[in-house]
Amino acid sequence: MADKLVTDEIKRRIGLQSEPFVVEVERGAIRRFAEAIGDPNPVFNDEKAARKSRFGTMIAPPTFCRSLGAVPLLREIGLGTHRILDGGSEWEYFEPIRPGDRITVVSRVADIREAKGRLGLMALVVVETTYTNQFGERCVTQRNTSIHY
Amino acid sequence: MIMHPQFHYEDVEVGSEIPSLEKNPTTQQLVKYAGASGDFYQIHYDKDYALGNGLPGVIIHGALKNAFLGQLMTDFAGAQGTLRRLAVQYRGMDQPGEKLIARGRVTRKAVEGGEHVVECEIWLENSKGDKNTTGTAIVVLPTRAG
Repeated sequence: MADKLVTDEIKRRIGLQSEPFVVEVERGAIRRFAEAIGDPNPVFNDEKAARKSRFGTMIAPPTFCRSLGAVPLLREIGLGTHRILDGGSEWEYFEPIRPGDRITVVSRVADIREAKGRLGLMALVVVETTYTNQFGERCVTQRNTSIHY
Repeated sequence: MIMHPQFHYEDVEVGSEIPSLEKNPTTQQLVKYAGASGDFYQIHYDKDYALGNGLPGVIIHGALKNAFLGQLMTDFAGAQGTLRRLAVQYRGMDQPGEKLIARGRVTRKAVEGGEHVVECEIWLENSKGDKNTTGTAIVVLPTRAG
């Protein structure tokens, strides 16, 4: 195995940004996601009940943005490793996501660093994705760490 | 669904546990999650593929475990509370067919910018007591003072 995974050339990919795209959030997609994760909270499932909530409508559960198809940017980094693990996520919440919202999704390579662990030499890649609604309000920021070895 | 009364900032003590949440992920749930999220990595539903990758069998999506901890916190925040931040790290793998319990403990409470903020450490525990998914979360709770 090479003694360095994160070369200077790889490091130059920090800051790389995906082409923004817009996705319309369907009510059914929110409900399907809530059902898949097994969360019966009425604000994620039941429009009638959710009308009485302070949002006045259904909203998306905390990790719903996972389903919006953010560009992972990992191919573009080109580490040349074969295995990948999901290391974790950090989410920040601002405005709720509601059915009918048109969400602009942009991802950016926030960090690439090398580490040594029980898997040997690894690269830790942090991709930050922002989700912004049709009014220009930030809804969610997600920072996802993937482990490459 | 387990409903507990709305928590207010005054009800919460640093060091106390928040209501736990039991989840029983099955292979069927993993397939549903793959469909709903668009994550079709085969290690989550194709046993032969998972075994061929040196895994003990299909494993639960990290993101699904993340979702369980999200549910723990939106349940805790209740209809009047708001989840502000959720961070999780995956330290080990979990397999379907095994009970996972989501738990949390209050680590900090403070009034910040007029908001009543409660911070928790959170984790998922399997039946062996392993905490393969850990993290932190911040919610804003309503106050009895109004």
